[in-house]
Amino acid sequence: MVIRSVKKIYTFLMFLFLYAPIITLMIFSFNESRSRGKWGGLTLRWYKELFHDGVIKNAFYYTIVIAIFSAVISTIIGTIAAVGIHNMSFLGKKVVLNINYLPVLNPEIVTGVSLMTLFIFFKLELGFLSMLLAHITFCIPYVVLAVLPKLRQLNKHLAEAAMDLGATPSYAFRKVILPEIMPGIVTGALMAFTLSIDDFVISFFTAGRGVSNLSITVYSMARRGINPRINALSTLMFSAILILLLIINKRTVDQE
Amino acid sequence: MRTNQKILAYPYIVWLIIFIVVPLILVLYFSLSFRDGGITLENYRRFISPVYGKVLYRSLKLAFISTVFCLVLGYPMAMIIAGADITKRNLMVLLFVLPMWMNFLLRTYAWMTLLGKNGVINNILGYFNLPALNLLYNNGAVILGMVYNFIPFMVLPIYSVLAKMDKTLIEAAKDLGANEITVFRKIIFPLSLPGVITGITMVFMPAVSTFVIPKLLGGGQFMLIGNLVEQQFTYVYDWNFGSAISIIMMVFILIAMAIMAKYEDPMEESGGLW
Amino acid sequence: MSQNIIDLKNITKIYDGETSVLDNIDLYIRKNEFLTLLGPSGCGKTTTLRIIGGFEYPTKGDVFFEGKRINDLPPYKRQINTVFQKYALFPHMNIFENIAFGLRIKKISEREIRTKVEEMLQLVGMESFAKRTVDSLSGGQQQRVAIARALVNEPKVLLLDEPLGALDLKLRKGMQIELKKIQQEVGITFVYVTHDQEEALTMSDTIAVMSEGKIQQIGAPEDIYNEPKTAFIADFIGESNIVKGIMIKDYLVEFADRTFVCVDRDFGENTEVDVVVRPEDIEITSAETGMLKGKVITSTFKGVHYEMIIKEDGRRWMIHSTITAPVGSYIGMNIGPDLIHIMKRGA
Repeated sequence: MVIRSVKKIYTFLMFLFLYAPIITLMIFSFNESRSRGKWGGLTLRWYKELFHDGVIKNAFYYTIVIAIFSAVISTIIGTIAAVGIHNMSFLGKKVVLNINYLPVLNPEIVTGVSLMTLFIFFKLELGFLSMLLAHITFCIPYVVLAVLPKLRQLNKHLAEAAMDLGATPSYAFRKVILPEIMPGIVTGALMAFTLSIDDFVISFFTAGRGVSNLSITVYSMARRGINPRINALSTLMFSAILILLLIINKRTVDQE
Repeated sequence: MRTNQKILAYPYIVWLIIFIVVPLILVLYFSLSFRDGGITLENYRRFISPVYGKVLYRSLKLAFISTVFCLVLGYPMAMIIAGADITKRNLMVLLFVLPMWMNFLLRTYAWMTLLGKNGVINNILGYFNLPALNLLYNNGAVILGMVYNFIPFMVLPIYSVLAKMDKTLIEAAKDLGANEITVFRKIIFPLSLPGVITGITMVFMPAVSTFVIPKLLGGGQFMLIGNLVEQQFTYVYDWNFGSAISIIMMVFILIAMAIMAKYEDPMEESGGLW
Repeated sequence: MSQNIIDLKNITKIYDGETSVLDNIDLYIRKNEFLTLLGPSGCGKTTTLRIIGGFEYPTKGDVFFEGKRINDLPPYKRQINTVFQKYALFPHMNIFENIAFGLRIKKISEREIRTKVEEMLQLVGMESFAKRTVDSLSGGQQQRVAIARALVNEPKVLLLDEPLGALDLKLRKGMQIELKKIQQEVGITFVYVTHDQEEALTMSDTIAVMSEGKIQQIGAPEDIYNEPKTAFIADFIGESNIVKGIMIKDYLVEFADRTFVCVDRDFGENTEVDVVVRPEDIEITSAETGMLKGKVITSTFKGVHYEMIIKEDGRRWMIHSTITAPVGSYIGMNIGPDLIHIMKRGA
């Protein structure tokens, strides 16, 4: 009995720790007073200002566009690459996979700095394109790592059976292999999308002056001091994620 | 058939060379040269000085303390989640992952709101006529930020090992005379080590290289090695020195990873984070 | 009571307040006997074993060990050890450490541990495996280690939960004999759970047949085989022909449209009963002289005997016999009075 209540209290404190900051932000997004600690009455002012804030709107636009582009491109390249890597010889596979691991294991700041060095060395102006290339680069490894296990689980004779029945290799791939590895591809695409949306460090080094995503905007705003518009922005983003997760959850429950 | 499909990997191999290998070679090249050309080890030698030694020491110390906090706080939590019944368990895991879906910077920024001089906590203290505390812009705030951001990386791998653990092993140990404490010491903890090691790796690595948390919560005066790199590339424009520090950091971390990987469960597929 | 090492009194186990897994069970286990709990899956045999081991607590009823009530005693305080279904060897320890686990908890001197573990390894024939890892052993070898790990603690009772279930047929047969030998050698009580009736018949001193949370019959293997109390037991233990019949009066039963002399009585007059005849108890004669006449549908050679299916007026009979008859031919079947087993209908 004692152990049970200790467990309950511990769990409660842990979740309080995890959610207190988020809930505080949400509450203060409706706070009339500009001060962080004092309550000055209910308002939607910061939400209104948020929608008229060119910088934030711009950052939001870039965040979404880059996330979609990098998710799509890295999923295509990564899936094709995974099939190729799967069929490589032992040694070649090992080398490619180890290089593939580098962006995953390396501190983000090293990846960011090295890409920045590359772009500047080859005189590619830092901006939208450099940031997109950087995002694709750190997303592909996750796609490859998500698809490869599915290929390994695949029955080796599946493609052969399809071709035995008269399918061309590309037909066999589309109709037999692709459906089998689809869960891995979807996982990879989702990971790429969320990693891109959430990224700060690599974007920070590769975005240049004109372009910035939400993370970079939050960073510069936070350093200049507290801006209640950020609270409004966080509330909206967190609610969006929550609704998205609830929908996904409901769909999986319905499918069962 | 097999040899044919190999060529599908070639475009990506080219991509890897251009965007992973070449940049790292460039960084290595910069780290080994003077600003105006010529090969040198000067950039590395410069790092071996008390000033930068202190930065490195502080980075390692704060990352280490944060990792210990994550482990000590996270292990019991992982046990509680793994011990709950299945529906409750999934909900708890979801609740643990949910904050991670929120932007990392927003989460860190939220602590500024709580800890600031005129922040929520100090206002609450003031309400009870208690003196305001200096909560922000010190080592404690940086550690708090690290623990807050990285504790899910400790809890989830430990939880997944504990949840997969064969319950009959625990029964067998009790059957052979082990009480709850002995069961934990001799069976549960040793068998959960792969998860603990994954957790330590996944917390320590980002903690030692972060520059956002010390900048926002440490106020910038507590420089860590990540800040040092950032500074060299964005303010001082001493790329050569910045590159040298990056290389040092990378080598440190890759060696640590390789050592950790040796202790991980060889049965597990490598690279599985959860 | 003093003869019994374990007594279960009125044990009932209910999960989630709904399904009762065990329904008011009484069971006593004598010192040094080999008792088998036999039954189909879901009959409650494993739950019974887990209650004795201390891994489950009965909802109602009491467990006694040498006359003392042990309901609330945790497993680590019982002088009972278990061999688990899938062995449950500790994967992070070598074979020696696995076996030494229980001894180390008792804080026995290192030298004594060494002697005892080596003795045990010898008993199960695994002397050369002390330093090996668990996953380098085959299923049968892991099995032996699991037995050694339990026995080294010198328990008064050893519980075995379908220990041979994961082994292939040939290995299983070998281990059956070996387990029996080990039991006689160490001279302690074995409580064995299995769904394999043949295994139960070969190894046990006593068999308790369970079904639907109840003990259906308990007795020596011969008695259970020869005198099954219900049609369920007859069907579960060995193969049986079960037909509907009417007990006309004592020693006289009617089935398959004729009357037979039998040795059973006290069923009353003109009572509906189940009649059980073992396939090996049917004697083949010529079609003209047999009590029953039927057509041979199939005949399969099984090594020692033929297994035949005979169709007789819509009923099918299974016969095990060393002689056979061509498929399609008609044969006669004779059944002796003492080979007809009468059971109450639906029991």
